[in-house]
Amino acid sequence: MKSFLSKALAVSLLVLLATGCATTQPAFDYTAFKESRPASILVLPPLNQSPDVLATDSVFSQVTLPLAEAGYYVFPVTLVHETFRQNGLSHPADIHEVELSKLKDIFGADAALYITIGQYGTTYAVIASESRVSAGARLVDLRTGDVLWQGSATASSAEGRNTSGGLVGMLVSAVVHQIIESSTNRAHPIAGITSNRLLAAGRPDGILYGPKSPRYLTD
Amino acid sequence: MTRTGLSGDLSMHSCASRISRALLVSSAALLSACATAPDPLYYWGDYQSQVYGHLTGQKGPTEQITRLEAGIEKARSVGKPLPPGYFAHLAILYAEQADTAQMLKYFETERQAYPEGAAYIDFLLSSKTERTDQQLTQRR
Repeated sequence: MKSFLSKALAVSLLVLLATGCATTQPAFDYTAFKESRPASILVLPPLNQSPDVLATDSVFSQVTLPLAEAGYYVFPVTLVHETFRQNGLSHPADIHEVELSKLKDIFGADAALYITIGQYGTTYAVIASESRVSAGARLVDLRTGDVLWQGSATASSAEGRNTSGGLVGMLVSAVVHQIIESSTNRAHPIAGITSNRLLAAGRPDGILYGPKSPRYLTD
Repeated sequence: MTRTGLSGDLSMHSCASRISRALLVSSAALLSACATAPDPLYYWGDYQSQVYGHLTGQKGPTEQITRLEAGIEKARSVGKPLPPGYFAHLAILYAEQADTAQMLKYFETERQAYPEGAAYIDFLLSSKTERTDQQLTQRR
């Protein structure tokens, strides 16, 4: 069982590797971003448009890694959550309406990141169920109100499932996915991948590297 | 449920969590493969999973403190800094346990490590002091 699983993992990873980097799209206009060059990012609790109540916490807890590794200071998400709550703002929709000047006063952040989760959850089917998380984000300069960057990303547990070669591959990956998707928070690890795709620097049309990265100003 | 059935369930569970952990790690590897990035800037340990447990209320402060304090040791041994928010999160965990000394210590550590967040830390500390003042007034 174990060797089956690791083989399936290896195969799906190879497929992802082969397809992951090969995108060519019209380039994003980074003029405003390059004029602003924010150093600190306040991530607001993500707005959730999916029916899964865990989506906001799941994504919110996994955005710090890609942004910090991109070279930004990221305001501590648990404290940000608590600060809004103590001021009577528990719903992301209300928080996303707060005036930029107020956010600037309280947090002293250079930019705020508004995330909207479009899809979050697992759909069940007899042969293969699928966990899918998609989200979009908008980075706004808190001094000028300019939108510095926006993007979106999706990740799915079904990626690479059908390309792993023939019936045996399909059966093996079906087993792997059934196990993963019958654990308690099936979509949570997928949300981690979505967050990384959405917010890691050095990706096509992605966020630029920040001041703490050795690659700052190289993109 | 029979005994065998139960242990079967349990092993399925730990298997699943091992696999999802493996997936997470390998997805990180994938990302870095595309960007040909050097080493990660920070030691992450299980900071983000503690944060998730905190936000959902599935993990209490004591459990999180144990894991995060262990992470500080680990970060030291691998020679990497801890990410932004790590010490500030520890500070509010200690605040939840009414350990003011540790709370102040970790807010200060966060401020030293990340001056970008200093204004916010000051705001938090002043509003905490205000609240304590209010509570004192109310008690009087």
